[in-house]
Amino acid sequence: MEQNLVIEAQKLTKVYTSGVNEVRALQNVDLQAAPGEMLAIMGASGSGKSTLMNILGCLDVPTAGSYQLDGTEVAGLDRNALADIRNRRIGFVFQGFNLLPRTSALDNVELPLLYDRSDRALDTKALAAASLEGVGLGERQHHEPNELSGGQQQRVAIARALVTQPAILLADEPTGNLDSRTTLEVMSLFQEINEQGVTILMVTHEEDVAVYCKRVIELRDGAVIRDEPVLQRRVATLDISEWEAA
Amino acid sequence: MKAGRLVKVAIQSIIKNSLRTLLTMLGVVIGVGSVTIMVAIGQGAQAQIREQVDSLGTNMIVITPGSSNQGGVNQGAASYNRLTTDDADALQSESFLLSAVSPVIMAPTQAVGGSGNWRTVVQGVDSDYQLIRDWQVTTGAFFEAADVRSKRKVAVLGATVADELFSGADPVGQRIQLRNVPFEIIGVLAEKGQTADGSDQDDVVLAPYTTVQTRLAGRSFIAQIIASTSTPDDISPAQEEIRQIMRETHDLAEWEDDDFTVRNQTDLADTAQSTTKVMTVLLAAIAGISLLVGGIGIMNIMLVSVTERTREIGLRLAVGARGADVLTQFMIEAVVLSVLGGVIGVVGGVTGSLIVARVTGWGISISPQAIALALAFSAAVGIFFGFYPARRAAALHPIDALRFE
Repeated sequence: MEQNLVIEAQKLTKVYTSGVNEVRALQNVDLQAAPGEMLAIMGASGSGKSTLMNILGCLDVPTAGSYQLDGTEVAGLDRNALADIRNRRIGFVFQGFNLLPRTSALDNVELPLLYDRSDRALDTKALAAASLEGVGLGERQHHEPNELSGGQQQRVAIARALVTQPAILLADEPTGNLDSRTTLEVMSLFQEINEQGVTILMVTHEEDVAVYCKRVIELRDGAVIRDEPVLQRRVATLDISEWEAA
Repeated sequence: MKAGRLVKVAIQSIIKNSLRTLLTMLGVVIGVGSVTIMVAIGQGAQAQIREQVDSLGTNMIVITPGSSNQGGVNQGAASYNRLTTDDADALQSESFLLSAVSPVIMAPTQAVGGSGNWRTVVQGVDSDYQLIRDWQVTTGAFFEAADVRSKRKVAVLGATVADELFSGADPVGQRIQLRNVPFEIIGVLAEKGQTADGSDQDDVVLAPYTTVQTRLAGRSFIAQIIASTSTPDDISPAQEEIRQIMRETHDLAEWEDDDFTVRNQTDLADTAQSTTKVMTVLLAAIAGISLLVGGIGIMNIMLVSVTERTREIGLRLAVGARGADVLTQFMIEAVVLSVLGGVIGVVGGVTGSLIVARVTGWGISISPQAIALALAFSAAVGIFFGFYPARRAAALHPIDALRFE
């Protein structure tokens, strides 16, 4: 079965040493994701989900194991190579949005393109504007983060994550700071993006959010204890209409 | 990543934090500003001294008696006065390069005339003296070569003497007693002011040297000979020519040292200027220290800024900035800040110098070199003090940086 997996991780292990203590944050985690996957990673705090996310996002390297992202072996790359992979293949969405303050939405979205070493992105402004258009914020290009609602800020962050047309979108508790209504909006946007073929991995600890994904993985003590498809997947747009009807 | 984009990122960051930008620049602004003002004042003082020396005369060469050396014991300047009017005559007749020569005989005298008396120095000079010193008369006339030949008892008063004795009235045609010898006043000299060492050039009475020698001084040795050339380029060769003529008239053997000293105006100016040069350097050094303190201020705020912006740096690293990108961004920020501060400092310094000049009446001189140096130094300050914080920012780990609260 020679399928082109976007993510193929085998026996990922991460050990943190602080003083004499050794903490095994991840133990032999295997993970695979096909293109178009929408995966929720769940687990209590301390279960290793953030560590897994960091390794998948090339922000950290595993102590042992192999990780192929979009066909490229990532384990063992140096800092600069990892930076380039983060720039081109991965889009990040954070719980705290992490937008640059006093900087317009457009400039925020443009940011990853400024660090693109290839010449593929020439008109960075136009690409950023198109990406903002894609998340429905075409009108708000020149607003600064403090002039936008939480949901809008997260959409700017999603536009920023997508502007480099990455292979995967990694979201670390993207709805953690949002109310239920806005959470639905963001999940609906994720589902829409996923429909367009972007592979999405998101960390969450809410079942309510996980039900919008296609598959759920649960970690405990650094090991996978559950890996199953979402049987009754919900569609966020329908839930929004329902909400509005009520 | 293209350098232009990094510059853009850095400049955006500077504009977006205008208060921090201003505070950071303040140290450099003050440093560069004070360097500019101090150097302007110092160089202005030098220029003023140069002007004073120029007031001594044009293309002037001064010959004074030299030191004698008796059995290895040096007797110091003027210990062996062999300068005579013959030397002046020899120079006049044998030199090709000198356009004018005049002996100067000094005779301290109590001058009596007009409404009072005044202790001054009578200088016995030739008619060429006026040309050498480039000294005009305000009323009357200077004495002529014929007056010198016929040893006429005529005198030209310096402005101070004229003021003291005649207090505003025109002394021309009046008489003045110099050591009980009556002289007719034929002119009053224009004011020349003080010399660099503070003595009053106008406190003088000029008379034909022939008259002074026979009537007042009563000796044939003279204090100095002054001469001038028609162009500044002739000064150096003329000095050599004077030496040869003088050695010949003094009958010096090959192995003997000169028993006279030939100096030109530039030598005099250099002596006077070396003092103010030391002062300028000292002022600039003090101002330079404030620039250094300004640089440390930049480092301080950049370090705080690295901590304050840890999450931002983490985000930049997460979306694909390399360590080198972050390093470059912070370096550019530091250099732009310090150069901008330098430019503002120069503008402020120039304005400040003009105000100082206006208020105090000191001469100031703003030199482009000093400004270029101040700017280059401020850029260097930015690079030097920006590097450490920038490297710290670049070495941050993206995860730690993103988690930083």
